[in-house]
Amino acid sequence: MAITKVCGIETEYGIHVDTTGDPSPTTASSLLINAYVAELDRKIGWDFEDESPGRDARGFAREGSMPPEVETHLVNAVLTNGARYYVDHAHPEYSTPECSNPLEALVHDRAGELVLQRSMEAANRLLPPGEEIVIYKNNSDGKGNSYGCHENYLLDRALPFSRIVRELTPHLVSRQIYTGAGKIGEEVAYAGDAPEFQLSQRADFFEEEVGLETTLKRPIINTRDEPHADAQKYRRLHVIVGDANLAEVATFLKLGATALVLAMIEDDFLANRDFRLAAPVAAIRAVSRDTTLRATVELASGEKLTAVELQWQLYDLARKYTAERGFEALGNEEVARRVLDRWEAVLQGLEADPQSLANQLDWVAKLRLVEAYRERHGLEWEDSRLAALDLQYHDLRPHKSLFARLSMERLTDDREVARATTEPPATTRAYFRGRCLQRFAPAIVAANWDSIVFDIGEDSLRRVPMMEPLKGTALHVDTLFEGCNTPAELLRRLGS
Amino acid sequence: MAERELKKRPTASRETAAAETETEAPATTERGDKLKAEIDDLLDEIDEVLENNAEEFVRNYVQKGGE
Repeated sequence: MAITKVCGIETEYGIHVDTTGDPSPTTASSLLINAYVAELDRKIGWDFEDESPGRDARGFAREGSMPPEVETHLVNAVLTNGARYYVDHAHPEYSTPECSNPLEALVHDRAGELVLQRSMEAANRLLPPGEEIVIYKNNSDGKGNSYGCHENYLLDRALPFSRIVRELTPHLVSRQIYTGAGKIGEEVAYAGDAPEFQLSQRADFFEEEVGLETTLKRPIINTRDEPHADAQKYRRLHVIVGDANLAEVATFLKLGATALVLAMIEDDFLANRDFRLAAPVAAIRAVSRDTTLRATVELASGEKLTAVELQWQLYDLARKYTAERGFEALGNEEVARRVLDRWEAVLQGLEADPQSLANQLDWVAKLRLVEAYRERHGLEWEDSRLAALDLQYHDLRPHKSLFARLSMERLTDDREVARATTEPPATTRAYFRGRCLQRFAPAIVAANWDSIVFDIGEDSLRRVPMMEPLKGTALHVDTLFEGCNTPAELLRRLGS
Repeated sequence: MAERELKKRPTASRETAAAETETEAPATTERGDKLKAEIDDLLDEIDEVLENNAEEFVRNYVQKGGE
C-alpha cells in the first residue's frame, strides 16, 4: 500500500530592487528576510534577556546542519509554522512545512506569498524614500534566466527509481496543460517558429530526461537523494519541472494529481499501461508551445496522444485506483475526492474550451489578458508592453498585481492563509517543529527538516531527531506539550 | 479489457462536453459576455497600473538563475 504522500513546495521568488545603493539581489534578499523576522520579533514579544549571540529567540532558529551546498552564512530561518525561509542563489526562497495532503500544502504555499508580501512591506519601510524591493512569483526573467518552484513528495524507498523515471515522466510532461503559468515567446530557440505564447514558464529550460542538476542541463526527473527522513524507509522525490502558480486551482491540482500518480506508481498500478514517451524533452517543449492543446506526443509504442488524452487516461486510472485501494495515499479522503473531481472538471474544460478555465488556471488567465490587451491597442507580440504585462501578472504587491485583479477562484480563505503564516500543519512532524519554536525558541540552537537541537544549559546540546514525517503530529504531541513549561521538561518527557 | 474501457473514456467525455456546449449555448454566451465586460474593466485599469516605462521596466528585470 502506497504511503501517504507527504508533500511541500519550495519557491524561489524573483526579486527586483530599485535603489541607488547596493543592487545585489543577494543583499536585497537578506534585507527582505531579516526585515520580516525582525518584525515578527516585535509581534511575538518574546523575552530576550539572557540571549546569547549564537542563538535566536525570535520564533525561528538558525540552521546548523543543512547539507553543504546551502549557503549557511546567508540568512536562514525556520518559522513557527514549520517553514524554512532563506536566501538561496540570489533569491528569497520559501519552503512550506511538510503537509499531509494537497489542500494543506496549498494553504501553506499561499501563506508563503503572504510572508513575502509582509517582508516587502517591512523591508521597504527600512529603505530610503524612492527605493523599493519588489517580489515576483514567477520562474523566469524573460532573458534566459530561470529559478525554480520545486515540489517534494514522500515515497517508499523500496520503489525502484527506474520505475519513477519511466512512469512519472509522461505525467510531468502532460500536466503542463493545467500547471503552466504562461509565458510570452521563448527563451531557448527550438525547432520551428518561436511561439507567441507558451503554457509553461519552465519548459524552455529542460534539456535532459534524468539527472542530478538543477541549475544547468535541467532534467525532467531530478535524482537528488536527500530524504530528510529515515533513508532506509523513505525517499523524497524532488520535482523541479513545475511552474510557480498563483492560481489556487493550478497548485491544488498540480500537487493532488501528481501525488495520485505517484501513489499508483508506488503500488505498481500503472504496470499494464506503458505511457513512456518516445522523446520526453521534445515532448515537454511541444506541449508547452501548443495553446490549442491539439499537438500530439508520441509514445515509445508509436501511439500518438494529445496531452489532454494522456491526462484523461491517468485520471481514469486514478479513479479506478482509489475505488480499489482507497484514499489513504492522499492523507484525507475528502481532499482526494476533491482532487479527482477537479481533475475531471479541468480536463473537460480544457477539451471543450480552455477559455472556460480563465478563472482557474494561470496560463489561461494570462493568455486571455494578454490577448485582450493586444487587441485593444493593436500591439505586436514583441511589444514590451505585453512583456511588462506578463511580468506584472506575477507582481506580489497587491496594488500592482494583475493576477489579484482577475477574480480567480479560491480554494482557501484569507483567515486560514493568515493563520498558516504562524501555525504549523497539524498532521505532520512540522507540528512538533512549529510548536517547539513557538514555546521554547530561546532554547533552540538549530532546527532543520529532520531534527531540532536544544541547549538547555547542560554541557552538551540535545538533538531531537524527527525521522518520521508523519510523527510529531498534533495527535501525537499535544498531550506532551500540555502542562510542559520548560524545554528541559519537554526533553525529559520525550525520554531523550 | 480494462484498457479498452479506459481508452474509450476520453471520447465519451469529449462527446458529452460537445453536447453540453450545444445545449448550454445561451448560458455560455452569457458567461462569455460577463467575462468580456470583466476584462474590459480590467483593461481600463491596467493602463493606470502598468509600469510607466514598459520597455525600461522589462529591460531592468534581470534575475540570476537559481535552484
